[in-house]
Amino acid sequence: MSRTVKGHKGIGAKVTGVALVARDNFSARYDLDRINGVFSRKAHALYGERYVGRVLVLDTAKGGVASSWMLREMKSRNMAPAALLLNAANPIMAQGAAFAELPFIDRFEEDITQAIATGDTVTVDPQNGLVVIG
Amino acid sequence: MQLNEYEKAMLSGAFGRGRAEALHQQIQVGEFFDAPDFVSVSQVHMMADTESLGEAGVAYLEDLAALPEKERTVLVPTVTDPRGIDLCRYRRLKQCAEWATLEQRTIDALQRLGILLTDTCINYQTVQPPVYGEHLAFGDTGSVIYANSVCGARSNFEGGPAALNAALTGRVPRYGYHLNERRRGTHLFEVRFTPRDWSDWGALGALVGQRSGSYWSVPVITGIDSNPTSDELKHFGAALASYGSVPLFHMLGVTPEALQDALSLFEQEPPPAISLQDGDVEAFYRSFGRHRGQVDVVALAAPQLSLLELQRVAGILGDRHVHEGTDLVIATSPEIKAACDRLGITAVIEGAGGILLEGVCFYQMYARETGALNGWRHLVSNSAKLVNIIQGYDYEPRLATTQQCIDAAVNGRLD
Repeated sequence: MSRTVKGHKGIGAKVTGVALVARDNFSARYDLDRINGVFSRKAHALYGERYVGRVLVLDTAKGGVASSWMLREMKSRNMAPAALLLNAANPIMAQGAAFAELPFIDRFEEDITQAIATGDTVTVDPQNGLVVIG
Repeated sequence: MQLNEYEKAMLSGAFGRGRAEALHQQIQVGEFFDAPDFVSVSQVHMMADTESLGEAGVAYLEDLAALPEKERTVLVPTVTDPRGIDLCRYRRLKQCAEWATLEQRTIDALQRLGILLTDTCINYQTVQPPVYGEHLAFGDTGSVIYANSVCGARSNFEGGPAALNAALTGRVPRYGYHLNERRRGTHLFEVRFTPRDWSDWGALGALVGQRSGSYWSVPVITGIDSNPTSDELKHFGAALASYGSVPLFHMLGVTPEALQDALSLFEQEPPPAISLQDGDVEAFYRSFGRHRGQVDVVALAAPQLSLLELQRVAGILGDRHVHEGTDLVIATSPEIKAACDRLGITAVIEGAGGILLEGVCFYQMYARETGALNGWRHLVSNSAKLVNIIQGYDYEPRLATTQQCIDAAVNGRLD
């Protein structure tokens, strides 16, 4: 049976994919090996996990301004996640998602890292701010 | 978002597809953050170092640069953050020719857009200081926090593509730090420590940043018992933004929105004050002290040095010489470099065996690869921001006072 979680209106087009979830933060510059498509920062909860094509579900955006160039560069090489869901965004991640046309939603009515489990199939609908699980 | 007639025409492509695409992206960001409308900006500061741009970013700039002049020229004065490479000096740092090629392509594209290649993160000191209440689109966390806090201007963090969009449309979505209600205090700090060196100011900023913790936090700082200078607040703000992703602070009696009393900065009863003492600062310095002895590189950057900082560095160096096993690398803006050439400061630094770079910053110039090529691992800096970032690039950094940094460069070690 499917379940719907509501968030704030997001960015990008509707997409369906398999979730990769952790209660940790996200920075494209500091957490990822962008060449090989895996989490490379040892202290990260998803260290070693491949994120390419996954619906990535994490807590908050962090880091400096560089991430906003990087999402598009990753997408141009088919090495980006399918979508990004965070509890709390910052402007840099929203600007990067708009530049990359990467589906992105935040500010859910519940903790999104608890609502979704790794391996769940989820449909992300940014224009309506909805995530359908299962 | 509410669009006026001019913005509707721009979105429909009346001023070219580059501006239409830029506005389209800005509307998405604006609606994401519930912006009611756009606000005009008077100046844009854009981060476009090639390490972050990659081939895709450079190709995007080149596509815009190929548009007719009327469609591609920026609508407001736009200046650049440090570049990825100092084209005059990269060979001395053993940096690759391919990086220089990508850099030149970027420079050519930016110039065709009418962007001023100032290549500096201290544009608020060296290009044009912001004015109280001025709406801006600044693109380096250190330049944003200085403009917002010290000058009382108004900007969000505008990442490279967002700053480029602002340059092409002359506006930004009105949300975040453009709004009065977002500039209210959220955290209260009581400082019981007197910073003496730029590194102390950075350490204090880092401590506040670690305890503030998000883009939407506004720390209010009380207890500062001196009259801080522009360079001191620059180090404080850069570290605060680096450790806390914070774009605005209020400092009682110092910054223009906090001249009277701290309590009125809070909408409601302020939270309990967080006290910062000598011991907190000492512990912060010690948190980097895992290695002793040999120093591979002394890096003075992040933010780039002002003319006054460089004069002091040259004064501490005097007629001493940098140790043969150690590199002294200093970064400033092209304008300040020219001033140093004219005023004899470059001659002192280079004569001592130091390297004075222009238009770059240490961590934005392929720091990991450049470190490997030069055998740099043990790094010493007076910048709390730099020692924070550089840990992610395979360095073992230490924070030290400016005097200790120069002595370490001369002695080749810091014990």
